[in-house]
Amino acid sequence: MSTAGNQKGTSYIDAISQALWEEMERDPSIFIMGEDIGIYGGAFKVTEGFIDHFGPERVIDMPIAEEAFIGMGVGAALMGMRPIVEVQYADFISCGWDQIVNVAAKMHYRTRDAVPMVIRGPSGAGLRAGPFHSQSPEGWFAHVPGLKVIVPGTPYDAKGLLKAAIRDDNPVIYFEHKYLYRRLKEVLPTGDYTVPISKADVQREGDDVTIVTYGAMLQTALEAARRAQEKGISVEVVDLRTIFPLDKDTILNSVAKTSKAIMLYEDTRTLGIGAEISAIIAEEGFENLDGPIIRVSSPDAPIPYSPPLEDFFLPQVDDVLAAIDKLSAY
Amino acid sequence: MEVKSLELNTQQLMEIYYFMRLGRAIEERLELLYKGGRLPGAIYLGRGQEAIEVGASYALEPGDMLAPTHRDMMSQLPRGITAKEIFTQHYARTNSLTRGKGEDNYQGDLKRGTFATVSMLPDFYPVAAGAALAFKIRNEKRVAMTYCGEGATSVGDWHESINVASVLNLPVVFIVINNGYAYSTPVYKEMKVANVADRACAYAIPGAVVDGNDVIECYRETKKAVDRARDGGGPTLIEAKTMRMRGHAGHDPAKYMATEIIDLWTRRDPIVRFENYLIERGLLTDESKREIINRINAEVEDAVRFAEESPYPEGKEAIEDVYRG
Ligand SMILES: Cc1ncc(C[n+]2csc(CCOP(=O)(O)OP(=O)(O)O)c2C)c(N)n1
Repeated sequence: MSTAGNQKGTSYIDAISQALWEEMERDPSIFIMGEDIGIYGGAFKVTEGFIDHFGPERVIDMPIAEEAFIGMGVGAALMGMRPIVEVQYADFISCGWDQIVNVAAKMHYRTRDAVPMVIRGPSGAGLRAGPFHSQSPEGWFAHVPGLKVIVPGTPYDAKGLLKAAIRDDNPVIYFEHKYLYRRLKEVLPTGDYTVPISKADVQREGDDVTIVTYGAMLQTALEAARRAQEKGISVEVVDLRTIFPLDKDTILNSVAKTSKAIMLYEDTRTLGIGAEISAIIAEEGFENLDGPIIRVSSPDAPIPYSPPLEDFFLPQVDDVLAAIDKLSAY
Repeated sequence: MEVKSLELNTQQLMEIYYFMRLGRAIEERLELLYKGGRLPGAIYLGRGQEAIEVGASYALEPGDMLAPTHRDMMSQLPRGITAKEIFTQHYARTNSLTRGKGEDNYQGDLKRGTFATVSMLPDFYPVAAGAALAFKIRNEKRVAMTYCGEGATSVGDWHESINVASVLNLPVVFIVINNGYAYSTPVYKEMKVANVADRACAYAIPGAVVDGNDVIECYRETKKAVDRARDGGGPTLIEAKTMRMRGHAGHDPAKYMATEIIDLWTRRDPIVRFENYLIERGLLTDESKREIINRINAEVEDAVRFAEESPYPEGKEAIEDVYRG
């Protein structure tokens, strides 16, 4: 995975901190809870300095009790607050699974009562962190109607989408790719802005092949696109940004233009984002296709610790180039 | 079956001393390697916890099961896990117990009576209770023991498993190492009870607080609980009071911990205390101590070299072993 992004400006992690800070300044009903987020400033320091500014009533350190404090987020949201829950690593979100999928996700459907809350945490691999600190669990949550699922791929989107998530009246799962935290920088607008949820972004325009991707794989896709260009293949890169509900139009429009589609994602292969998008393209864009839809993803396995294993596990630029080459034959 | 007695003999005392010293030497080496950027992953050091780490697990017998957690590498030494296995695991080599798949201290060997546990806390409280359930169903005189930190006792699974183990009267010993902090969070922000062990009454099982820096006390109290479990007396909750002497993980300078506290607990160093105990009884001299430490240092250096010279797994093994068969 490469990150040849803009090296000036605001880092991905600072963009997230800024979004939280500015939203908390704007709306007193917003508060954050999670483990070690107060004086310590969070495991990755996203909330460094927050407790001094906003106080312990709005930056609440929690004991290790994900099921409890995610459920408390639902309760507070139903009482008119706008809670933001930090899970220390996205991997630990499974410890609060039941409250998310049964309580938060199904509330509005049954009662028309809104649950405006955000659950955010660092996801993703590439840091030799092994099976329990590297997962990309967005696929699990994208399967649950009632939740919105966001994985931003750039600092601009990280900030704008987090603001949009906080202002949204639904439970939103927001995964921050920790590999990008300090590796990606971008000059951000000075004023307030949001990025709409459920809107994909064409990060690079091209004519021959579409890569649909998100998260840290956006950088892999862009690098593959640059290298394909050297061979005269023009690649369009679509960054989903929101995993669910999906922006079908942007995907279908791109495939209508290029006639070829690659799904590139870090989550495991089967029954995931790639399968869903392939199905959408097959159902609604079939007549535009000139070749098979190809998935380039992690394999159906846990994420291993050892460097050669993890490198094998993660989709690499060469894997994407091989898929591009394969499609060039059509 | 033959079990250890409550009173430790000379050979056992010296074995315990060896494990405590070996544990510390391994950790000191890991710390250096980590700081030198030699390890791919993280380290979670249990320095200062040697007494409970070794003392409790030493009370188990072959055939019993131990489920430690992220900081409890040293508890695995009495179960037969070796320095070489610990370093190959950290170095992510193909000959490690997890063949490069698992990280830092999450290794084990069912045959030698340790589980390869996971990060999610305290996921092996229920699993240890499940091992005990199997022992009970099959009428085997075996015991399961599990460790976690006081921070992990805030999780529902902790309470659920102790309650069920009590209801089913399972042969399991629950150890909580109260080392003052869960990551950056001090105990007073984790719970209102004065002692984790006080919660035992909520499950109608025996609970005990031990001095977590006194290895003899750690052993004796745990040994009584192990014997009780083996004899059909059900679970026990043991809380060891100690201090985490390093940051949460290798990257954490732990600026939130007062140096006075660390100084205080440095004076209570469990190894120094045990050495004084051994010296008083004529079991250890400066000379024999030097000899033991030299032997251990050589063992550790040998293990580091062995790990560094061991190959990595091949990339394609990443997709192997997801299923049996
Ligand atoms: C369910 C869960 N949430 C969060 C974490 C992240 N985490 C790892 S260790 C730790 C602190 C654990 O404290 P404690 O149980 O007291 O053990 P100690 O680290 O002090 O040995 C945290 C929060 C985790 N492992 N599991």
